[in-house]
Amino acid sequence: MSGSREVAAPATVFAGVAMNWANRHKQWLAASLVLLALPHVPGLNSDFGRSLLSQMGIAAVFALSFNVLLGQTGLLSFGHAVYFGLGGYAAIHFMRVINHGLPLPIPLVPLAGAAAGLLFGILFGSVTTRRAGTIFALITLGIGELVYAATFMLPGYFGGEEGITASRTRGPALFGLDFGSQLQVYYVIAVWALIAAMLMRAFIRTPVGRMCNAVRDNPERAAFVGYNTQRVRLFAFSVAGLFAGLAGGLHAINYEIVAADSVSALRSGTVLLMTYIGGVGHFVGPVIGALILTWLQVSLSGYTSAWLLYLGLFFLVTILFAPSGLAGLIMMHGSIVHTKAFWRVLRAYAIALVPAVFMGIGAVILIEMSYRVSTQPELGTRMRIFWITVDAASPWPWITAIALLAGGFFVFRKTWPIVAVAWNRATDEAGAVNMTAQRR
Amino acid sequence: MNVKPEASASERTPPALELRDIRKSFGATPVIRGVSLDVHEGERHAIIGPNGGGKSTLFNLISGRFAPTSGSIVLCGEKIAALAPHEINRRGLARSFQITNIFPRLSVYENIRCSVLWSLGYKYCFWRGVDKLRDARERTDRILEQIRLTTRRDAPAGVLTYAEQRALEIGITIAGDARVILLDEPTAGMSRAEADNAVALIRVVSQGRTLLMVEHDMGVVFNLADRISVLVYGEIIATDIPSRIRRNEAVQSAYLGSAADA
Ligand SMILES: Nc1ncnc2c1ncn2[C@@H]1O[C@H](COP(=O)(O)OP(=O)(O)O)[C@@H](O)[C@H]1O
Ligand SMILES: [Mg+2]
Repeated sequence: MSGSREVAAPATVFAGVAMNWANRHKQWLAASLVLLALPHVPGLNSDFGRSLLSQMGIAAVFALSFNVLLGQTGLLSFGHAVYFGLGGYAAIHFMRVINHGLPLPIPLVPLAGAAAGLLFGILFGSVTTRRAGTIFALITLGIGELVYAATFMLPGYFGGEEGITASRTRGPALFGLDFGSQLQVYYVIAVWALIAAMLMRAFIRTPVGRMCNAVRDNPERAAFVGYNTQRVRLFAFSVAGLFAGLAGGLHAINYEIVAADSVSALRSGTVLLMTYIGGVGHFVGPVIGALILTWLQVSLSGYTSAWLLYLGLFFLVTILFAPSGLAGLIMMHGSIVHTKAFWRVLRAYAIALVPAVFMGIGAVILIEMSYRVSTQPELGTRMRIFWITVDAASPWPWITAIALLAGGFFVFRKTWPIVAVAWNRATDEAGAVNMTAQRR
Repeated sequence: MNVKPEASASERTPPALELRDIRKSFGATPVIRGVSLDVHEGERHAIIGPNGGGKSTLFNLISGRFAPTSGSIVLCGEKIAALAPHEINRRGLARSFQITNIFPRLSVYENIRCSVLWSLGYKYCFWRGVDKLRDARERTDRILEQIRLTTRRDAPAGVLTYAEQRALEIGITIAGDARVILLDEPTAGMSRAEADNAVALIRVVSQGRTLLMVEHDMGVVFNLADRISVLVYGEIIATDIPSRIRRNEAVQSAYLGSAADA
């Protein structure tokens, strides 16, 4: 036997294994490359852009953890911020200890958050997961209020109104990184977000992860095939707590402060909106929801003080017209994108978009004027909306806005049959393609 | 009552299932009024009786869905009355439901696989990929073939036809390899051909196990059962081998006659 062969064989085996691994994890490799490149994309390569990306990453992990409960196990929690916040507090205290000389690198801080999230997930979960449905939802609400109150009752740990601060730059140097720049912080968040997403994806595919689905669908039958449904729910709750805590830890690194708002009902509500808007039925749904809602929060609040109202409206429209969320909408189109009739669908959308835009403009003018008149009268009645200046004291802007809204809605309704016809064509065609594929 | 034609067999091994004076009331209404029954190891035992007689309720008591008001239930020598359903299942008893009770959003394949996981010892395992469990995959595939749903394996269970869902119902029940199997009207609502398939399947999967089944189709019952119990109005009025049940006058007047009229 020649020596070169002996060397070549393990090398080819290794290359084969590596190729195989890369092939099976294509989507994760792609995601890593995107995450790597994003902070250098024009428009996002500023401190503002990188801060936005960091917030998106945190929100994505938080929303994914929420969907372990909602989408995977069918548990609607109104208090998921508890685990985010308690994870955040644990992480910020851990960071303070590092500031005072504990020789551990700052990027490990989120692990303290994850540990706290897991711990409190097990602790509170053993109470809440005894029940499902409405009772479960109400208990989570109660615990949320309890923990929020505790942040003011125990100022030593929670820091009261001001919260707890720490510095991410005062730690042992790691490969020359000091985490002073937003770019470095972004990469810490991106790496953890990727790891968290992979682990949560893997959890779905474990025996207990599958049983979460079974318990969601039919808890009674799950019991009759040997599973204690409370225990299964507790697993889901603990895992959700762990990753919410991790997200809270990332939050602590990103802001260097954790305060009562991190456990608040508002944050619990926001993660619910994100997850729902993105779509609970698909793994990437919560990520989509987190990205869009974070972007809306950050950008809309710069344009209008009525931004919460727009978020609420956006949520309503999504729930009403796309109950399976944006991911559901995307998947729906995935099945017809290859059909010849797909361009007809797009054309129908373009037609429907025209009255929808008029409708939207009317609605925005109404909202902005009402908001100004009712909540900010000190700013006067003259205001700029889009590119026009209007005076809310005159009846004409109101009449115009109502006409736009009503007229737009009327025409919009008329365009629906066009969309429906195009859709039916496309789905018929997709169905026919599927049939022939099956026959073959 | 309580005739034991196979007394010699029952002396050797304890009964697989032993009911002693089971009673159950819903509020003030007694539904099960003192049922005692021994189901022997390896026996196929059918329960017949008029609608509303308490057959499903009896199954609910044995399987832990409800706790009996009084009485004892012993499964292979172990008291199980008032245990939770999952604890009874883990001790080797599986049941099907008269009203289909499946995981509607999971695929047919997942429905069966969820039912094999505990019995293969995977429990609350969260460190292994479920798709990599070879024994679970093999057992699931085998069950799918047995219930003839292999071609539907990826369909969500909720979209199956009624007969397919009934087959899946049986599949979920037998997937966990339980020693004692309770089937509540497994062929109800099936066509003749579908019912024949189901009976053939039940015959195969109950081999070497103990089977207790509620069935309305007398052809199926007399063909499949080793012994038959007649439950009328919450009481067992006769337990015997099929040929003697057919000749039993009390049974004929209480049940078979009226069933023949219907
Ligand atoms: N959960 C329950 N609550 C109250 N009554 C019940 C309940 N389950 C069954 N019953 C009553 O018990 C009686 C027996 O029902 P069941 O066991 O379903 O009979 P079978 O299966 O023999 O047709 C019926 O009168 C039914 O109304
Ligand atoms: Mg019944």
